[in-house]
Amino acid sequence: MSTTVATTVPTRSTARRRRVRLPGGVALALLLVFVFLSVAGPWIWGHAAGDTNVADANQAASGEHCLGADDLGRDLLARTLYATRSSLVLAVLATVVGGVVGVALGLLSGASHRLGKVLGAVINLLMAFPALLLSIFFAVLFGIGSVGSVLAVGASFAPGFARITQTLTASAVSRDYVEAARVLGKGPVTVVLRHVLPNIAEPVILYTTIHIGTAILALSGLSFLGLGVQPPAYDWGRLLSDGLTRVYITPTAAIGPAVAIVLAGLTFNMAGEHLADLVGGRRRAPRTAVAAATARPSTGTDVRPAPPVDDAALTTTDAAVEPLLEVQHLRVLYPGPDGGVVTPVRDVSFSVAPGETVGIVGESGSGKSMATSAVAQLVEAPGAVHAEVLRFDDVDLTRRTAEDERVLGRSMAMIFQDPGEALNPAVKVGTHLVEPAVVHLHQDKALARRRALDALRAVAVNDPERRFDQHQHELSGGTKQRVCIAIGLMGEPRLLIADEPTTALDVTVQRQILRLVAEVRAETGASVLFISHDIAVVSEISDRILVMYAGFVVEEATTDELLARPAHPYTGLLLAASPDMGADRSRPLPMLDGRMPGPGVDLPGCYFAERCPRAEQDCRDARPPLLQIGAPGHRAACWHPLTGTPSTATATGASGPADERTAP
Amino acid sequence: MIPALSVQDLTVRYGPVTAVRSASFDLRAGSVLGLVGESGSGKSTTARAVVGLAPFSGTIRVGDADASSPRSRAAREARRRVQMVFQDSRSSLDPRFTVGQCVAEGLPAGERRDAGRRIRELLDLVSLDEGLMRSRPGQLSGGQRQRVAIARALAARPDVLVADEVTASLDVSVQAVVLNLLRRLQADLGLSMLFISHNLAVVRYMCDDVAVMFNGRIVEQGGVDDILGRAQHPYTRSLLAAVPEVGQHRLLSDTAIEASAASSPAPGPGCDYRLRCPVGPAVDPGREVCSTTDPGPGAEARVHLAVCHFARERRDEPAAAGTGGALA
Repeated sequence: MSTTVATTVPTRSTARRRRVRLPGGVALALLLVFVFLSVAGPWIWGHAAGDTNVADANQAASGEHCLGADDLGRDLLARTLYATRSSLVLAVLATVVGGVVGVALGLLSGASHRLGKVLGAVINLLMAFPALLLSIFFAVLFGIGSVGSVLAVGASFAPGFARITQTLTASAVSRDYVEAARVLGKGPVTVVLRHVLPNIAEPVILYTTIHIGTAILALSGLSFLGLGVQPPAYDWGRLLSDGLTRVYITPTAAIGPAVAIVLAGLTFNMAGEHLADLVGGRRRAPRTAVAAATARPSTGTDVRPAPPVDDAALTTTDAAVEPLLEVQHLRVLYPGPDGGVVTPVRDVSFSVAPGETVGIVGESGSGKSMATSAVAQLVEAPGAVHAEVLRFDDVDLTRRTAEDERVLGRSMAMIFQDPGEALNPAVKVGTHLVEPAVVHLHQDKALARRRALDALRAVAVNDPERRFDQHQHELSGGTKQRVCIAIGLMGEPRLLIADEPTTALDVTVQRQILRLVAEVRAETGASVLFISHDIAVVSEISDRILVMYAGFVVEEATTDELLARPAHPYTGLLLAASPDMGADRSRPLPMLDGRMPGPGVDLPGCYFAERCPRAEQDCRDARPPLLQIGAPGHRAACWHPLTGTPSTATATGASGPADERTAP
Repeated sequence: MIPALSVQDLTVRYGPVTAVRSASFDLRAGSVLGLVGESGSGKSTTARAVVGLAPFSGTIRVGDADASSPRSRAAREARRRVQMVFQDSRSSLDPRFTVGQCVAEGLPAGERRDAGRRIRELLDLVSLDEGLMRSRPGQLSGGQRQRVAIARALAARPDVLVADEVTASLDVSVQAVVLNLLRRLQADLGLSMLFISHNLAVVRYMCDDVAVMFNGRIVEQGGVDDILGRAQHPYTRSLLAAVPEVGQHRLLSDTAIEASAASSPAPGPGCDYRLRCPVGPAVDPGREVCSTTDPGPGAEARVHLAVCHFARERRDEPAAAGTGGALA
């Protein structure tokens, strides 16, 4: 067994487009400064801002007056600082007015079917006008002065608030919990107050914060135009307006308030965005954690050496045949939520012989999809793949070259659970089939088209000529899945990876697709790796089945052997828990409460022990290795299997696992 | 005996689409009626109409009360006696509520005063530890969340429980927990249940009666053993033949389940199923009647109804391959 640990670090560049942005701390610090100024400003500078001194009238910047003085000799710096309170208070008031009116309109139009259309049209109409135009219009309507300008700016904000609230509400009312409340007989007001409003509050509050900055600019604009605050009261907009008349003589008189406006606007915008980042970006985890774990595997979550695996487990049941795909001690790592590392795939070893169909069964969270993604080289940054051996045909997947990738592209085909996601909605069906052949294999276009039509015929798509020119939305789910299989057939597939390909399909269509996969395998001689949560589906198509649990392969056997003599208690439960058409209806189903340990959990023993009816203390202390039990090729990772005993297995070949055990 | 839920001529239209067409069925008091069919067959829409979430025409009676009119107080009261459990417990519980608040939401106005005791009772009924009362749905497993949703529905003291694909998004090991629980509750509380599922094996395990829907219509209904053991409608037989079974390698050996993979129902007059029907005109061109005449509900009694011109002739044949042995 090789001792070197090969690592596949995803090559895709991790650099992302990023906006240039100051750290959030700067915005918050500035925010605090503005809050302080608006609270304390008038006390500290109230005197200086009001003191007239005719001698200093219209003075330029000097040691005494940093920004100069106005026509009555009042200090402009003091007046700018003093005006912080009125500017900010008016801005907050305007935003609150806009928010309250807008949210109320939005809730009404989002929650009510009848009012929705009319109000939606009104909101759309108002959104069509520039906000400044609206606020000037409303300012004239509501009258000139502080109150008028606050109402005007609020009114011009309302459509924006209404729109975002309407969108959020419309999506919130279609949630099942809102419908559940309606079924319970709750009235519309109760539903809105209890379920809708709390669930849309977060984005609305963020939107509000960002808009305070905009309100400062809008109110200053109105004051500048003379529509806002009237003398003797003043805000930054008035100061700017006054200063601008002598901008060529004493420019500081205009620059001071201008800087204050811009800075305040920026601060609230940045603070809002920072807040949005904090709320929306919690899940963003540092990438360095996985890099570190990749460099030093011994410091990752999984500190123990990989459990020993019966060497025979690494070959197929027929040892004479060189396997097409060989995987030994595969691990997949991702950065965890709190800077740690999670391992969705902890230890997976298996092989697939040419022409063989291997099924992987597991529940959600078992790591079955992630393990096959690693085989298909689809694990992207920040994930990382470890394996002692990861070999496809004669390509070492842990250190593949560009040439290898071309080979892989032709000889590995993959179909997914949702074929609609796999097909580009903007591209015709035919293009999906033809393009790889033309671009990568440099085939003649006409030839590629002929082959594509043949492939569509091979997967029994009816009327292939017409389908060739259609888009994916014109196809049914079953036909889409057929097209995906046809795309795979365009190369020379030697391995077809099918990841829950029938889960989203109806039962009659599922049967058709299963049969198609079986036919494709029979005709092309390709191997199939078939992943599903449904052991019945897997057992119908597979020669051999792997059962996965919490990132481990816990059992492996030929299909007939596994169904007849399941050894791992988990396999036994999977087989018994799901009623079949012959289930005894008079008895309750065998069941299993609790949940699978997540990818961030690190246990010394068996990961199934907590839910296992047969678990004893030794199961919690030491992890059982995958050992042969009973028939050749039947392996299970269990200290207390349902059939056979691991001790007979240690005798049949595995070297050493017995000394791993701490309890008899 | 008055049925717990009686639906007559139920039709649901969404704009130009008719999702349910003249569906009629009775849910016998204390029994479980399964509603099966493929996606788009109208089974979930039927459930939504029954609980008042979809506008409909037709008559819905809960016990002896008429629940048809959307606004009348009496109809609203009647509808409160029909409660629903949704497919996805992740979205059917408000993420901001605690488990206790979720369950409390179902309590009738008169029981709010003694809410704490009643919530503990309900959690105990669905085998949940009362220590979970302050947890939020996000902290629970899928099976636990679904049990909270069931407790919330039971809090309203319903006569009828509508279970819409309640185990479809659960893992098999947890599915068994929820199915066992529903069976126990149904027996202990004397609930009547409308059980919607695409999984025929689960329906067979849970239900006393079955109605099969295709393209918005009920095409066959009757007792569970009649429908699943002696299916008469070719669509039901296709469904049964397609059920995946542990240990059956018959993918390359079994005969065609349906005549074609046509996705949309056949246009024009005649039977909706005729393009896919394995015994219809797509296979046997002599059967023109399927293309020209809509097979209305036959003269069969309501004991076993099959909407098909050629249902009767297959009556005495054994059930579809692969399921006969299991059902015998």
